[in-house]
Amino acid sequence: MIKKVSKHIVQNEPLLFEQSSPGKWGYQLPPLDVPPVDAASVLGKENVRAEIEDFPEVSEFEALRHFTRLSTWNYAIDLGLYPLGSCTMKYNPRVNELVARTEGLAWAHPYQPEALAQGCMEVIAALERALEEITGMAAVTLQPAAGAHGEFTGILMMRALLEKRGNARKKILVPDSAHGTNPATATMVGYSVENIKSNSRGMVDLEALERAVTEDVAGLMITNPNTVGVFEENIRKICGLLHDKGALVYMDGANMNALVGVARPGNFGVDVMHLNLHKTFSTPHGGGGPGAGAVAVAEVLKPFLPGPRLKRAGDKWAWNYDLPDSIGRVRAFYGNFGVLVRALAYVMAHGGNGLRQATLDALLNANYLRALLEPYYEIAYKAPSMHECVFSDDRQAKKGVRTGDIAKRLIDYGFHPYTVSFPLIVRGALMIEPTETESKQELDLFADAMISIAQEVDQNPELVKTAPHMTRTPRVDEVRAARQPVVRWKRPQ
Amino acid sequence: MLAKIGAKSLEDLVSYLPADVRFNGKLQIDDGKSEFEIVDYFKAAAAHNANGYASFLGAGVYNHYRPVLVDTVVSRGEFLTSYTPYQAEISQGTLTSIFEFQTMVCQLTGMDVANASMYDGSSAVPEAAMMAVRVTRRDRVLIARTVHPEYREVLATYTRHQGIPVDEIAYAKNGRLDLDDLKKKLTNEVAAVIIQTPNFFGLLEQVKEIAALVQSKGALLVVVFTEAVALGLIEPPREADIVVGELQSFAISPSYGGPYAGIIATHEKYIRQIPGRLVGETVDAEGKRAYCLTLATREQHIRREKATSNICTNQALLALMATVFMTVYGKQGLRELAEQNLAKAHYLAGKLPLVFDAPFFNEFVVRANGRTPEQINNELIEKKIVGGLPLGRFYAELKDSMLLCATEMSRRQDMDTVAAGFRA
Repeated sequence: MIKKVSKHIVQNEPLLFEQSSPGKWGYQLPPLDVPPVDAASVLGKENVRAEIEDFPEVSEFEALRHFTRLSTWNYAIDLGLYPLGSCTMKYNPRVNELVARTEGLAWAHPYQPEALAQGCMEVIAALERALEEITGMAAVTLQPAAGAHGEFTGILMMRALLEKRGNARKKILVPDSAHGTNPATATMVGYSVENIKSNSRGMVDLEALERAVTEDVAGLMITNPNTVGVFEENIRKICGLLHDKGALVYMDGANMNALVGVARPGNFGVDVMHLNLHKTFSTPHGGGGPGAGAVAVAEVLKPFLPGPRLKRAGDKWAWNYDLPDSIGRVRAFYGNFGVLVRALAYVMAHGGNGLRQATLDALLNANYLRALLEPYYEIAYKAPSMHECVFSDDRQAKKGVRTGDIAKRLIDYGFHPYTVSFPLIVRGALMIEPTETESKQELDLFADAMISIAQEVDQNPELVKTAPHMTRTPRVDEVRAARQPVVRWKRPQ
Repeated sequence: MLAKIGAKSLEDLVSYLPADVRFNGKLQIDDGKSEFEIVDYFKAAAAHNANGYASFLGAGVYNHYRPVLVDTVVSRGEFLTSYTPYQAEISQGTLTSIFEFQTMVCQLTGMDVANASMYDGSSAVPEAAMMAVRVTRRDRVLIARTVHPEYREVLATYTRHQGIPVDEIAYAKNGRLDLDDLKKKLTNEVAAVIIQTPNFFGLLEQVKEIAALVQSKGALLVVVFTEAVALGLIEPPREADIVVGELQSFAISPSYGGPYAGIIATHEKYIRQIPGRLVGETVDAEGKRAYCLTLATREQHIRREKATSNICTNQALLALMATVFMTVYGKQGLRELAEQNLAKAHYLAGKLPLVFDAPFFNEFVVRANGRTPEQINNELIEKKIVGGLPLGRFYAELKDSMLLCATEMSRRQDMDTVAAGFRA
C-alpha cells in the first residue's frame, strides 16, 4: 500500500524561450558613472554582435516562477530517502550553505595578495589536516574538482613516482566491480586496463590478482568497501602483493562513508586515494555537481602532489610553487574552495567522535534494511554489508520484472530509486545505501514499499512493469532521445 | 533496530573487520561544535581576508553583481539536494533547466550543441584538445601564449601521457596571437589550435582570419573565453569548431577559485565526440515533451576505458546559477551589462599607459612607469584597493606590467584613485 504520497497539483510550464516577449527584462543596473563608449568604434564594427538571437526576455517575477515551477518537478533528499548506492545521499546541513556565503570567503579572488587571503588558506589547511587524520595518510591535495578528477590526479602521481624509479610500466588492474571512472581514468594517464574478476563472496579473487600482478603492472585501483558494500577482508594481503612487485595501490574512496573513524586506508597499505566531499562530507549534489575530489597520499607520493601547495612562511600561510617533482596543475587556482568550506563545516559539526558515530549509524541503517528486505529479495552476496546492501532481481525476473521496473515503481511509493544495474558483476542489481541521516520511520516506510512491490510482482507484474503511474511525467522514451538527438531549443520555422 | 539485525551493540557492526585494519584510536579532531560556533569560526576566517576592498583583479575571475534571484532559486532544496537526473520521471526540473542552459550557451557562443557543463574553464581546454584529436585523428596541439597561463598548465598536465605534443604560439607586439608564428607551426599533424578571446591580456583575437588559416590545414579551431559577459556584446566565435569557456562571470561568486562552471560547445556533426553529460528532448509515455540524459554511450559508466573522458560529475548547480543570471538579464540586459563593462574599462584605461594597441573589452595591460607593479599595488592596498595582477609570474618579459580589470562594480572614484596611483 502506498503510504507516503498523495496527489498534488503540479503547474505546467513552457520553456523560457517560449514565454519570452520582446522588450521584457528582469535586471536593474545603476546609471553609468563614466561616459558611455561606442562599442563599434572601440572594438571595430565587425567585432560587435547585432543581438543574442532568441535569448530569453522575461520579467523578474516570471523568471522566479519559472524556476520555482521547474523545481517542483524534482525529487530531492529534502523530500525523502534517496537510497542511491555508492552516491551517499545524506542530509546537506544548511549551516554549510550559510558559511560558504560568508562575504570575505565567497568574494575572495584567487589572485588577491596572500596577505589578504590568509582566511581562505587557513580553511584549506584545516581541511587538509582533518582529512589526513581521517584517512591516516601523509598529505592531502584539495585541488581536484570531483571524484574522477581525483582519480586522474592520483594515477598521474603513481605514474610520476614509477617514472622517477625508471619505469612507468604499462597496466592498471581494475576489479570487475569497479566504477566506470576507474578504467576511463587509467586510459587518460596512458595505461592499459586489465580487469580482475571477483570471487563468489564479491571480493577480489586473490589467485586471479596474484597471476595478474607482473612487472608490467603500475598499480591496482580498488574500491573499499567495494561496490557490493563488502569490506575487502584481504586488503592488507592485496596491498602486499602489489608492493612486493613494486606496484602501487589506489583506493577509490567513494564508499568512505563506511570507514570514517573505523578504519584508515593509510594504516592498511593504500598509497593514494580520493575522497568525494559531496558524498562522505555532505556537500550538496546540486543535481549533478559541484563536487570536490580531495586526494590523500602516502609519504612516498608527497613530492608529486599537484601545485601549488600551502606552506608556512613565518606566522603566515603562503603558496609554494617551487615543486620540481609535481605532476603540475589539474585545474586552475586551488580547487573548489566553496565546497571545501562546506566539508570543513561538516567535520567541525561532528568532531572526531561524531564522525565515527555517523559511520556506525550508516552501517546500522544499511544492515537494518538488509534484514528487512532479505526475505523478499535475493541478497547478492552473503558476506556482511557495511554502508550499503546489494540485491539481485533474480526472484522478480522469473515474473519478467527487472530491477529497472522495481525502481520505477518505487517512485510511486514516494521514494527515489536505488542504484539500478550496478555493479555490473551482479545480474539485475539493486544497490541500496540509506546513509546515517535516515530515521527508523523513514527506513520502515521504504522497506514497506519494497515489500509491497515484491508482492505486486507476484500478483500483478504489469503494474510494476509500466510504472511509474503517479508522477507528472510517466516513463520517458530514452531510446528516441538518443536516436534523434535534440539538445537545444530552436525557434520553430 | 539492533535486535532486527542480531547485533548487541553498534560496535558489533565492525567487530568482524580484520583486527589489523580496524582503527582503535580516536580521531584527533576537536569535539563537535554547535551551529553558532561554526558560523563564528568562518566569520573569523573571513576577517583574515580582504574585507571592504575595491578590486581591479580579473585574469579569469571577475567581480560581477549577483542578482538576488540566483541564490533564491539555487537554495531550493529540490535543486540543491537532488542527484544527477538519471531518473527522468522525477528529475524534469533539473533536466529542463539544463536543456535551457545548453540552449543559452549555444545562443551565446554561436554553436549548435553544448553539454550540461564542465568542471571549469581550465579543465574544459584539455577536453577540447582530446576531442579534436579524436575528430581529426591527428595528435599535435598548438596553444596561444595569450590563453590563460593556468589553463595552459592544465593542458600540459592532461596531455603529457596521452601522446599529444603541445607547442605554444607567440603573441605579436600588439598583444594578439602572432599569425606568422602560427603559420610556421601549423603543420599537417596539428589536430587543434587553441586561442582565447578576449585573450588573457583582455584583447580581441582575429578569430575569422585565424579560423580560415587553421581550417585550411585540416585542424580544428578551439576558442576559449574566460569573461562570459563579453559575449553580450562581441561577435561570438561562430567560425570556431569547438568553444570552451568559463561561466564564473554569470553569478558565480569568486570563492577563491571555485566551484565554477565550464562549458563546451560545438557543431552538430561532432555531437558524439563531446565529453560529459548531455540532456536531450524526447517524449513520455503519453506523448508529451520530456527530457532525459542522452548519448550516454560516450560516457565512462557505459564505455569504461573506451569513454570520451573519465568525467562523471558536472557542475549542475553552478550551471543553474548561470542560467538564472542569463534569464534575469536576458537579451537586453546582458548587452547593457557588457556595455557598462566596456565603458568602465575604457574610462580607466584612458588614464593609463597601455602596453598593447588592440581592441579590448574589460581588461588591459598597463606599464608601471618606472616602478614595479608590486609597489603600486602596495600603495593602493593602503587605500583599501586591490590593484591589478602583476604579470611577471606568468610572463617574464612583462614583469614591469600589470593586468587591470574594470567591471560594472568598479566605482569611478576608485578608478580615479588607481589612475592617481600610477602617477605618484
